[in-house]
Amino acid sequence: MFKAEDTLKIASLARLAPSQDELLVLTKDSNAILEYVRQLETLDLTGVQPMSHVHGVTNVLREDEPEPSLTVDEALSNAIDTHDNFFKVPIIIE
Amino acid sequence: MPQDYEIVIGLEAHVHLSTKSKAFCASSTQFGAAPNTCTDPVTLALPGTLPVANRVMVEYGIMLGLATKCEIRRSNRFARKHYFYPDLPKGYQISQFDEPICERGSMTIRTAESSRVIGIKRIHMEEDAGKNIHDPHCGASYLDLNRAGVPLLEVVSEPDLRSPAEAVAYLRTLRQLVRFLGISDGNMEEGSLRCDANISLRPRGEMSFGTRTEIKNINSFRFVEKALEYETVRQIKLLKSGRSVVQETLLFDSQTGTTHPMRDKEESSDYRYFPDPDLPPLRIPESWIEEVRSKMPKLPEQRYHDLMTVYGLNAYDAGVLTAEREYVDYFEEVFNHCSNAKSACNWITTEVFAKLRKQGSNQPQDVVKAAHLGSLIRLIDQEVISGKMAKNVFEEMTSSGRDPKEIVEKQGLKQITSEGDLKTMIVNVLERHSQQVGEYLAGNQRVVGFLVGQVMKASSGSANPKMVNQLLQKELDLIKQKNKDS
Repeated sequence: MFKAEDTLKIASLARLAPSQDELLVLTKDSNAILEYVRQLETLDLTGVQPMSHVHGVTNVLREDEPEPSLTVDEALSNAIDTHDNFFKVPIIIE
Repeated sequence: MPQDYEIVIGLEAHVHLSTKSKAFCASSTQFGAAPNTCTDPVTLALPGTLPVANRVMVEYGIMLGLATKCEIRRSNRFARKHYFYPDLPKGYQISQFDEPICERGSMTIRTAESSRVIGIKRIHMEEDAGKNIHDPHCGASYLDLNRAGVPLLEVVSEPDLRSPAEAVAYLRTLRQLVRFLGISDGNMEEGSLRCDANISLRPRGEMSFGTRTEIKNINSFRFVEKALEYETVRQIKLLKSGRSVVQETLLFDSQTGTTHPMRDKEESSDYRYFPDPDLPPLRIPESWIEEVRSKMPKLPEQRYHDLMTVYGLNAYDAGVLTAEREYVDYFEEVFNHCSNAKSACNWITTEVFAKLRKQGSNQPQDVVKAAHLGSLIRLIDQEVISGKMAKNVFEEMTSSGRDPKEIVEKQGLKQITSEGDLKTMIVNVLERHSQQVGEYLAGNQRVVGFLVGQVMKASSGSANPKMVNQLLQKELDLIKQKNKDS
């Protein structure tokens, strides 16, 4: 069973702050999803590889050829704040 | 170093690949570009963008795997590693997790004491993050995303290293390897080679590992050694006083030479890896591996042995010449022009290296062309010029870039090897120094050296010293004989 505190932990890792009501709904939904997926446990899956991609496509690669960059102005156009061609963010303390 | 404790070190090295474009998009990877001038919508993580893996990054991964005797995973895939940090615009780093491209390899390292095989657990591909500049006065950090998305190979060693010196030797060997392969410049100062070190201690003879600490982001060979030495002493003190080592992540402060705990990036170990749905898995057929293998240059280890077995150099010289691929390539080219390995090695490691140090370069071709140095050595071996004259010719070669034969011809520097000319000079010198000749006749052997010097001086250094020695001895013998007869 997925508990409210598990939902809270995942929410905080994703920088989300759900309200008490949202927390209940999210926990309930999470349990429903887990219950659905748990059906797999009734099957014999010996020798079946887990599937990470559904499309069967492999080796999609680009050649190593650089293309022109965005201009600095374009790159910074969505930034909330800038300083001397840098993105400016609240200080990160290491 | 501790007697009763054994040091156990494992390294995670991050190697910047020298591709022209980034790992998953076509932005340039140019080092030192103006801030935020190497970006595109993928680098900036704009909505709706799709990453596409760089073929050369994958090939470099295969190449380093082959060079470290790893198994190349025929089927491998990319994973997302999630954490929030401003230099990582997507909120996750594209990396590899449960299916790295290379596994279970090894690398041989040489230290002053011995040569040892160090296990390599895995090598995986990932992208680098951007660069932060912190400004505490303004309470701000500034962000340059040029480096975000540059391809890296993370090379994870087994915990097989047993001293800080071995850790440095391992890193140097890795650096040498990636430079020989041409997949990275391995420049620690520019951040092309960074490393995290795990270190723990255990009582000698104990099989299980002690509690380890991890030192993050060390960016020079010297700091790797200093950080690990400091950490060794710190852990020993704890253990000897009956306390225990706390498993934690540390930063090395190069100013004070100490380590201190990193501020906890709240639950940062919970990266929630999962396969990246945007990047289809890789299938690496045997034919691709063989194609990469055929492009691989000879490895430094092989060339080190070649220098000893094929060229007859000693281990020390072989080590010096294989420090850089440019050196050993240059040596072989010089050898091809003179067929004198010992002499080629001596000229390169003394005269050429002295010039390189002065120029702060590692391109011997910039000092003198290999063909010219080879031909200078041949002029000495053919006794056209003496070793002493060669030093002057060498100076002239480095400043003018001209062929030594031309210099010798033009300056009339040819060595005097005509027996008649030398004999005339010797007879003159002996006449002028009758006192020393007298001393010689009286049994003083040491004056011979003085007389040879006088002849060399009379010839302005261009007499063939070997012939002068022989002819002078012959003249002196004659005089001795005459003295006896009379």
